[in-house]
Amino acid sequence: MRLNGLLVKTINHSTLKSLSLIAVFGALLGSCGSPSANSPTSPTGASPESPAAGKDFTVGMVLVGPKQDGGWNQAQFEGIQTALKTIPGTKLEYVDKVNVADRPNVKGSQVADDLISKGAKFVIFNSDDFKDDALATAKKHPDVTVIHASGDYAWKEGKNFKNQPNLGNIMGRMEYGKMIAGCAAALGTETGKIGYLGPLINDETRRYSSSAYLGAKYCWETYRKKKAENLNFKVTWIGFWFNIPGKTLDPTKVADDYYNGGYDVVMSGIDTPEAAVQGKKAAEAGKKVKFVHYDLASGCNLAPDICLGVPYYNWSFPYANSIKKAIAGNYTSEFTWLAPDWKDINNPETSMVGFNPGTALGDNKKFLDEFIKGLGDGSINPFKGPLNFQDGTPFLKAGETATDQQIWYLPQLLAGMEGSSK
Amino acid sequence: MTQKTLYYQLAAIALALLFITTIILVVGASPIEVIAAMWSGSFGTVGQFARVIATLAPLLLCASGLLFTFTAGLYNLGIEGQIAFGAIVSTFAIQLTQNALSPALVILLAILMGGVGGVLWGLLTGALNVYGRINEIFAGLGLNFVADGLALYLIFGPWKREGVASMSGTEPFSEALWLPTFGDTDASPIALLIAIVAVAITLITLQGTYFGLRLRAVGQNLRASYTLGIPSIRQLLSAFAICGGFAGVAGALQVLAVFHRLIPNISSGLGYLALLVAMLVGLNAWFILPVAFFFSALNIGSLQLPLDLNLESSLAGVIQGTLVLFVLLGRGVSESLRQAPKNPTS
Repeated sequence: MRLNGLLVKTINHSTLKSLSLIAVFGALLGSCGSPSANSPTSPTGASPESPAAGKDFTVGMVLVGPKQDGGWNQAQFEGIQTALKTIPGTKLEYVDKVNVADRPNVKGSQVADDLISKGAKFVIFNSDDFKDDALATAKKHPDVTVIHASGDYAWKEGKNFKNQPNLGNIMGRMEYGKMIAGCAAALGTETGKIGYLGPLINDETRRYSSSAYLGAKYCWETYRKKKAENLNFKVTWIGFWFNIPGKTLDPTKVADDYYNGGYDVVMSGIDTPEAAVQGKKAAEAGKKVKFVHYDLASGCNLAPDICLGVPYYNWSFPYANSIKKAIAGNYTSEFTWLAPDWKDINNPETSMVGFNPGTALGDNKKFLDEFIKGLGDGSINPFKGPLNFQDGTPFLKAGETATDQQIWYLPQLLAGMEGSSK
Repeated sequence: MTQKTLYYQLAAIALALLFITTIILVVGASPIEVIAAMWSGSFGTVGQFARVIATLAPLLLCASGLLFTFTAGLYNLGIEGQIAFGAIVSTFAIQLTQNALSPALVILLAILMGGVGGVLWGLLTGALNVYGRINEIFAGLGLNFVADGLALYLIFGPWKREGVASMSGTEPFSEALWLPTFGDTDASPIALLIAIVAVAITLITLQGTYFGLRLRAVGQNLRASYTLGIPSIRQLLSAFAICGGFAGVAGALQVLAVFHRLIPNISSGLGYLALLVAMLVGLNAWFILPVAFFFSALNIGSLQLPLDLNLESSLAGVIQGTLVLFVLLGRGVSESLRQAPKNPTS
């Protein structure tokens, strides 16, 4: 830390008083350092020596929501715990609920600073919203490996590449999971009305809701032998990954509105289980409704009888791989975007994206298996033209298949879907 | 403060500490560990200490502003909205001028416009109070919701990031528009300087000027001061405007120095925290610096509670609230005891 040219590297409690005097003095003189984000020295007082391999290696995690949310954050948290069990000598420091409502006056990058000052050499930011924090942390702490799950700053072929050697991204190709989920929804609906409980709008959520629609449309036409026009697929965005009273739409109410409005299948796209919880209540009240969960492998347990299935992430082995590289000192920035292991999409050691079918599928499960098999061997590709965007402009010409970039950066929802694109 | 009052205050603080200790024990933690964790969370590293300073700046500004409204006998709960509206106007000024003016000018303008926004929002509360005869507490709270809703609308609407509609806020401003900080930390010397100037202005105005004296008169007895020829409406509106102005500058600093964008909840609850500071300080503006510093340290240090002890950060809020409650109770008890005897000569 530079103050009037004075170099103060570490601090202990006895120097606080003098530091505060210096701070005030510096302020009165109107002097100021520049925000030197590239400063090579870590100001946190963390020990500079690199850890001995596998010994006392601390991993930090910044979670956007509660660690037991029954969805995204729980899957992340359980994933990192499982990963660390396989690597001896590692331990976890984490802070959950890092968002403006639960922790006002706290930024993700500040949480990371604290985790690093507690010894973390590897920090995971678990939400898209942390992209600026992840980059700031990576710049500020060049000796720490920073992973931003779901981001694209490390993707050389992507639109937003930042050349930051200690920053990497990890994500699953959940578009496959969402296509399977959409197929399950189409196989389960009687009314032909599917509601999608959407979080906020960005590349990721447009990609996923559109994938769900494509999967639903394929299975609706192919297995249910019905016309695409008769499939009603609606997306309602609540504004964030989970309910923040007074700031977002209330997902409980949105789910209820779907169930009460003739949408007999609700797909969850958010972190928390409102689709399942309200579906269960509606079913107990005599309504014939079903739901598709998201994120967490055990999601169907919330209401097993009406669950059509759950596409989920397996964060443990990709995290473990990166952590092992970091411990060995040879982590280099990489963009990891893993497809399901088509040999067995539910193999926890090889498949980052899986799908657990629910009992509510009944006899239609055979169609779902057929769909999964087709996706795996490439004989089915719902991201194949002709496909139009929601506004009628062409997305893919007849016979054309979408590139990775076209899928990741999907600029609009697709024709046939109801809901906002941006 | 008489010696007797001082004893009551000290007893109140002791009682508060006892109460806090009991709460910590009830939730199954050790008070010593809680203190140690909060201490290390606020002073453990240079970065953490810098955050205490960074939060101190808006806290000082808001608490200073609130001393004006408290002196005038007003409970300005609308301070959160005044911060938010200041932040909104400040963001608007940045968006309007960032491509046309030099960064230093944009920053200066943004701070000024933040103040102007806060003044307007404060005056609106004042107008509702003075002319609309709506209690300032309800007027303020109502306007907090309006400012909050406006920020949300802008973030999800006209000011949203390209292709994104999320609570995470607007596109961050270019680094040239970030208020410079001490080294690689979050503390901005300019923000701190502005806050200290605000405290100085408050001290001088309230304790050394005719305006301050009249404001006290209005606060003590509105009707009597009016009868004695003090333009009380103007005094009341001035208090709202000054408080709003300071809060608006705090909002601008939240945008320029802390978040570098507009986010929902840009005030981060610092307005309410400043209310606690102002209530604890009473009308002794001199105490504002240590009390605000202490509350800022509690606020920053509380992040360590979930990290170290698996406790909720909100425990810090409980501690802050309890202190204020007991001190106010102590003050009330000592005053009522003082007034009870027939000869109020103590």
